[in-house]
Amino acid sequence: MMDHKAPLYELFGLTFNLANVLMVTITCIIVLAIAIAATRNLSMRPTGLQNFMEWVVDFVKGIIKSNMDWETGGRFHLLGLTLIMYVFVANMLGLPFSVVVHDELWWKSPTADPAITLTLAVMVVALSHYYGIKLRGASEYLKGFTSPMWFMFPLKIIEEFANTLTLGLRLYGNIFAGEILLALLVGGLATGVGGTIAAIIPTMVWQAFSIFVGAIQAFIFTMLTMVYMAHKVSHDH
Amino acid sequence: MLAALQTAALGAAAGHGAVNSGDIIFQLVAFILLMLLLRKFAWGPLMGVMKQREEHIANEIDQAEKRRQEAEKLLEEQRELLKQSRQEAQTILENARKLAEEQKEQIVASARAEAERVKEAAKQEIEREKEQAMAALREQVASLSVLIASKVIERELTEQDQRKLIEAYIKDIQEVGGAR
Repeated sequence: MMDHKAPLYELFGLTFNLANVLMVTITCIIVLAIAIAATRNLSMRPTGLQNFMEWVVDFVKGIIKSNMDWETGGRFHLLGLTLIMYVFVANMLGLPFSVVVHDELWWKSPTADPAITLTLAVMVVALSHYYGIKLRGASEYLKGFTSPMWFMFPLKIIEEFANTLTLGLRLYGNIFAGEILLALLVGGLATGVGGTIAAIIPTMVWQAFSIFVGAIQAFIFTMLTMVYMAHKVSHDH
Repeated sequence: MLAALQTAALGAAAGHGAVNSGDIIFQLVAFILLMLLLRKFAWGPLMGVMKQREEHIANEIDQAEKRRQEAEKLLEEQRELLKQSRQEAQTILENARKLAEEQKEQIVASARAEAERVKEAAKQEIEREKEQAMAALREQVASLSVLIASKVIERELTEQDQRKLIEAYIKDIQEVGGAR
């Protein structure tokens, strides 16, 4: 996995990693398919997938409510829902297999690429700034950078970048490391018959653990998004 | 700073130096598109149904509360009615008893009076009958005496008979005197 190249493609002066494009698209399609399948036959008395979807919706609602009051936080509900589903599905995609074509890695978790996770992180932080200005006014928003003391200003600036980086790289690191270990187990250890037999158990264990990590990371990403949002939009902190 | 870090991370990860600027834009667009589609096809309808259910439940609770209050009111009413009717029954029973008592008194009194009257009438009847019987007897005695007298007179008294008669009289008188 580490030594595979990425299928790069240049268009309008932009560099596309076609594997990322493919996997992002697949993730979006899967999330959309799950959501639509779950909400196709909506009823007052929920059954099956609708129950699951409502549970997710309520779960995200709980995350938001633990950070801010619902009156302010309600507008981030859809964002949180999309984030948690997208990140979770993206994390899961790299687990069952990875596809290498012509020494180019095609199938992997899109979240195992820092460009993807940092994009999400930058988007979230940018949104938090936007809503901070929108909900509290520019002066209040700016005052946030010099409170409680004026000399905190540089630290606040650094904090913003640190937040962005940690948010994106935490997700990337967890998923990438998980996939590397999977690649090592499958590609490195499972070479002969004995190696394959020896690799089965740890691979399964690690996959199970990766499912857990992927779910936790999706939760953490959404949670931190709402923490940063609350930090910017709430009046008392 | 960000870009530099990204480059470094990317370089380490994918083994090339260029920033995947296209990926970034594609990811952003895809995510926003996904969000919009989710809102249109999943989130919107789901929220609608959830809100609808919430309202439905709230309605049901309200209605249940209202029904409960109504039932309580009805129960109170019924209880009141029952109490009233019980009281009424009590009064009616009381009245009936009183009436019966009165009637009993009346009947007994009238019966007693009737009996008295009948007794009086019977007594008078007896008196009268006695009177009549006495009168009849007296008459009978008188006529009998006359008859006897006439019979006696009719018979021819012999000397012997007279003597016997006188003797009997005397005997009688003597007996009476002796008894004295």
